[in-house]
Amino acid sequence: MSTQANRAIHKPQFIRGDALQIPTYKVLKQDGNLYKNAQMPDIDEALAQRIYRAMARTRMLDERGLASQRQGRLSFYMQSTGEEAVTVGFAAALDDQDMIMAQYREQGALVYRGFTLDEFMNQLFSNAKDHGKGRQMPIHYGSSELHYMTISSPLATQIPQATGYAYGQKMAGDGHCTVAVFGEGAASEGDFHAALNMASVLKVPVIFLCRNNGYAISTPSSEQFAGDGIAPRALGYGMHTIRIDGNDILAVLEATREARKIAVEQNEPVLIEAMSYRLAAHSSSDDPSGYRSKKEEAKWRDKDPLERMKNWMIQQDWWSEEQDKELFEAERQLVMAAMKKAEKVPAPHPDEMITDVYDTPTPHLEQQLAELKGHIQRYPEVYPKAAAALGYKEGE
Amino acid sequence: MAKMNLLQAVNNALDIAMQDNERVICFGEDVGVFGGVFRATSHLQEKYGRDRCFNTPLVEQGIIGFANGLASQGSVPVAEIQFADYIFPAFDQIVNESAKFRYRSGNLFDVGGLTIRTPYGGGIAGGHYHSQSPEAYFAHTPGLKIVVPRNPHQAKGLLLASIRDPNPVVFFEPKRIYRASVGEVPEEDYQLPLGKAEVVREGSDITLLAWGAQMEYIEKAAELADKDGISCELIDLRTILPWDVDTVAESVKKTGRLLISHEAPLTGGFAGEIATTIQDQCFLYLESPIARVAGLDVPYPLALEKEYIPDQWKIYEAIKASVNF
Repeated sequence: MSTQANRAIHKPQFIRGDALQIPTYKVLKQDGNLYKNAQMPDIDEALAQRIYRAMARTRMLDERGLASQRQGRLSFYMQSTGEEAVTVGFAAALDDQDMIMAQYREQGALVYRGFTLDEFMNQLFSNAKDHGKGRQMPIHYGSSELHYMTISSPLATQIPQATGYAYGQKMAGDGHCTVAVFGEGAASEGDFHAALNMASVLKVPVIFLCRNNGYAISTPSSEQFAGDGIAPRALGYGMHTIRIDGNDILAVLEATREARKIAVEQNEPVLIEAMSYRLAAHSSSDDPSGYRSKKEEAKWRDKDPLERMKNWMIQQDWWSEEQDKELFEAERQLVMAAMKKAEKVPAPHPDEMITDVYDTPTPHLEQQLAELKGHIQRYPEVYPKAAAALGYKEGE
Repeated sequence: MAKMNLLQAVNNALDIAMQDNERVICFGEDVGVFGGVFRATSHLQEKYGRDRCFNTPLVEQGIIGFANGLASQGSVPVAEIQFADYIFPAFDQIVNESAKFRYRSGNLFDVGGLTIRTPYGGGIAGGHYHSQSPEAYFAHTPGLKIVVPRNPHQAKGLLLASIRDPNPVVFFEPKRIYRASVGEVPEEDYQLPLGKAEVVREGSDITLLAWGAQMEYIEKAAELADKDGISCELIDLRTILPWDVDTVAESVKKTGRLLISHEAPLTGGFAGEIATTIQDQCFLYLESPIARVAGLDVPYPLALEKEYIPDQWKIYEAIKASVNF
């Protein structure tokens, strides 16, 4: 028995569910000053610039992404507005070869690692140049080169997978770790609990990063869980845990660096709960006006993580308002140019329907594809894109 | 050659796979020191260490989620689900993750190294939670391979092929004959092909098709039919997905009749899929309707297990009905 059963009591004394309250690690105030007693993490101008530029690009990507969905150019989009400090900051604290297994709102990490605007757009437009061959809805990015696992829609499935991936890293002894990112809603799934328990028992170098942004679509966190958030759950699994201000880039950077040290040096998992707010709707199909107030949103808009980092950088003399304006405008133009380019790339070839189901297409898949092509050939006007790609003309 | 039962053959295949490739890792509930509740992983921890053969917490969705991640990293996980009846908490990880990993990423990532071993089937007084044959649920999922061996020789060769196949495989082990099925097994490393059925006995009047433990019943039924002068051709499907249409169709074109038998309930069972495809391919050759001899559409019963099982007598009756149609 490995529980600490050494201290006996002789009256039925229960420990209250709210006995433990976990504090929040904060470094940077909204005005750009550090909290008294807060230590400045190791960060130079070059790193600060790389982080801030990635946050700015992410915001412009999200702005244009949603606008294009509204114009009918994209079928779907998901913004990460308000959460860029978490999604860029954690990536900045990692080795670029550490594995990231994200949920779907972590485009900031990809931007930071250098996923190009063309790569984003090819995925968003499901065109022939999309790494995923146009098979998944917009925002399901992936990059083996950038060690960013392709996004999967089912929630929380990536969390136990991260435990397994990290076990493999430990066996390989390559000194890398895996980060699983997920929302506070996904933390209700069984896969979350399975993943944490296995990671603690098997001692693997994995970081569980929870973006507690207050909402799972329309469900507020008050209806998602009782108790003091997600962080204390890690303690139940015997795991290191910390809660941080997710809008504070310096707190995200420092906490993730420390977590990484524990993971790779001690082969032990860590949970980080980053408190933030989903300023955007859940997705382009959602309308938050039905479940939350403008007042609440305004309160969080005042805690904008980009504004906070900008204020701090200006204080460091690393940035100016003019530079800021120019950067956002330049990024907006770059995003729009990449979008125009990707829109013109044709859809994936019909042959891609059957590739990658198995390592090589099986005879029955070849047969089904041949039947499909025969059908398209008879009805080219019904399937114009595929017919064009296959060279079938009307009236043939 | 050595005499082995089916469990020893599985154990021997795992031993060879682990010896051959240090990235092969075996885990699941009780598979460590204890060697699994059926002892399929006996002595593997002793031989290869706790890092490569270990117990997991009791959480099937976690075991397969972990296995998917480990496979995507490039390792070769062989995960055990203690009974196929308990695979369902992992259904999401298998159906939505293992099966679609390669496709959804455009081949950037895959879990081809993954093999899931799980004992299935009844006849062991296990009631409805230690007796199910859930192969048909998984057969409806493109991206998976599903393999079921019928004897020790097949189990070793098919398991080694499954572990080395570059696609995720669910390997169902017929637990009723784990110890009862004994045969000569080559001691060396060998593989049997996936996706290929095997004609285990040639005949001319009717084709009998089954897989796993059910092979024993169609063999016994064929012996009964022999006495009536009915010549049965026996086929072991071996791989449920992707299945070998050609071997079955060729046989049916010769015999003109087909009987399919599985232990799982009739409705939605894999026999329905086979019957439709063979009807499509062999319509003008068929001399009688394709027969299915399967379990009843009820949860697997305990006290009435003997009555539930699609045994040689039920199959024998169906053979006669088909031949006399």
